[in-house]
Amino acid sequence: MIVGAIGLVYGFIAAPSTIEDVKEMMASKGHHESAEAEVVEQDSHAMASEHAQEGHAMVGQHEAEGHGEAEAHGDEHYEHVLHQLQNKPWAALYVAAFFFFMISLATLAFYAIQYAAQAGWSPVLFRVMEGITAYLLPGSLIVFAILLLSGLHLNHLFVWMDPEVVAKDELIQHKSSFLNVPFFLLRAAIYIIGWNIFRYLLRRNSLRIDEATDGRYFKQSFKLAAGFLVFFLVSESMMSWDWIMSVDPHWFSTLFGWYVFASMIVSAVTVIALISMYLKSRGYLEYVNDSHIHDLAKFMFGFSIFWTYLWFSQFMLIWYSNIPEEVTYFITRIEDYNIAFFGMVVMNFVFPVLILMNSDYKRINLFVIMGGIIILLGHYLDIFVMIMPATVGKEWFIGIPEISALLFFGGLFVFVVFNALTKAPLLPKRNPFIKESQHFHY
Amino acid sequence: MASKVIHAIYTDDDLLLQAVKQVRDARYHIAEVYTPFPVHGLDKAMGLAPTRLAIASFLYGLVGMTVAITMMNFIMIEDWPQDIGGKPSFSFLQNLPAFVPIIFELTVFFAAHLMVITFYMRSRIWPFKTAENPDVRTTDDHFLMEIDAENHDVDGLSKFLYDTGALEIKLIDNK
Repeated sequence: MIVGAIGLVYGFIAAPSTIEDVKEMMASKGHHESAEAEVVEQDSHAMASEHAQEGHAMVGQHEAEGHGEAEAHGDEHYEHVLHQLQNKPWAALYVAAFFFFMISLATLAFYAIQYAAQAGWSPVLFRVMEGITAYLLPGSLIVFAILLLSGLHLNHLFVWMDPEVVAKDELIQHKSSFLNVPFFLLRAAIYIIGWNIFRYLLRRNSLRIDEATDGRYFKQSFKLAAGFLVFFLVSESMMSWDWIMSVDPHWFSTLFGWYVFASMIVSAVTVIALISMYLKSRGYLEYVNDSHIHDLAKFMFGFSIFWTYLWFSQFMLIWYSNIPEEVTYFITRIEDYNIAFFGMVVMNFVFPVLILMNSDYKRINLFVIMGGIIILLGHYLDIFVMIMPATVGKEWFIGIPEISALLFFGGLFVFVVFNALTKAPLLPKRNPFIKESQHFHY
Repeated sequence: MASKVIHAIYTDDDLLLQAVKQVRDARYHIAEVYTPFPVHGLDKAMGLAPTRLAIASFLYGLVGMTVAITMMNFIMIEDWPQDIGGKPSFSFLQNLPAFVPIIFELTVFFAAHLMVITFYMRSRIWPFKTAENPDVRTTDDHFLMEIDAENHDVDGLSKFLYDTGALEIKLIDNK
């Protein structure tokens, strides 16, 4: 019964995702036809003449991007702008792909925390979390495919992959024992395989718990979850250096892994809350009450503040010490990305704090949904601001490629997640804590 | 102060919670409940108004924030501007990141301390105060419910309390 009923929801959701497929085709036209880039080149000549006047002001920025174009005059400069414009759809694709991938990865981490902590409040939400983690496999493969294409020089997201740049750049040469294409892809493969194996085992165990007669699988899940968390903490941190920080190969921050993690986990909890409320409103999660939503909203609130704490810690130390090689990162962001950079702080900190501060508001769906949507958009912007300055530079704009990539992956995400939700009953009935969770009352 | 109260002693928190509900349903007035530890849901069962301490705390936080901003502005910008790390202190906004930790700390400091002090004042607790606790066993493993018996039939009330599971029922008559 439940499965069949959820199939309807899935059908309802599948429709928008096809429209988004169409949009994606538009977007993919954008990057497959390099002819379009030729046309763009003409435009960029016109634009670049303005830029040429600013020429020397931009030199610092070029250095920051490690393009080694300290003498960016004339044609070289146009070529640079052209590269950035060619990068734009790729970067848009990468940001959106990574954004949805990270949501499912962090949901898996959140889910594992529930097992490892033997949480009593959350088992009624386990199937929702498992559903979201179903996107991990397609999501991670898509991200891997994009990285592979970068490795094959089909796009230029990662400037250190370009041998010409490395030849001129002593700093990247010193880092090349870590930042080289084969090792980079090997690491990516290890993370992705590791996460997916843990995801597969945890999901299998969760279904087996329902069938079993003893607590053996639950114990196994507990150990698996603990093992996953250890693996995840290391691999997530390295993943964020590899996949995000290395787009600015000169720049480094020691808390970057944590910073990305904060962004991931707050988006994941938000998505869990939004999907739970949606399913609840359709009448599928009869045991989820407003205390569960309250707890999720508390996590949203808490992790939003945690994110801000890390954002500020990273910003303030670099701002204060003002060391050129570090501070370029923020100079690019504040000068060229002012609205996006500070706008995201408002969306990710000020807004959730004000909306979700009140204990009663955390129980009202409307407020949680409002806060949740703003948080998700804010964290999309966060990833955007992490990737874009190094790949696209000043030529950023949230236009058709960005929005359609977001919609495409959003549609795929929703499709995969709701499809997975139909595969199992939404109540893990033999979880040892299910009774406590059903009666959970704060 | 002339008052007549009944002290009913329970030995289990679940039993107490149930008894509190029954007593309230029977329209007796519970003056106070003494417990050795916070009993979850007791405030709701007793019908106490939700605490306003959170709102007070928020306001105290705002006070702390204002104090910190005023203080840093006076010390670092107005009174004695210094050039620290190539960042001359002539404008508050440009130096804001350096002040954020101080603003944060003082916000927390004011909110936490004033909230605790408010709590003590509202609970009428201060140093060297003699305990109001009527029975020392409520600091160990017993739960005591104090019910107004002024306008009620004491025998009937006692019987009723006994049925709710009270272990000990005592009439306190302050003449």
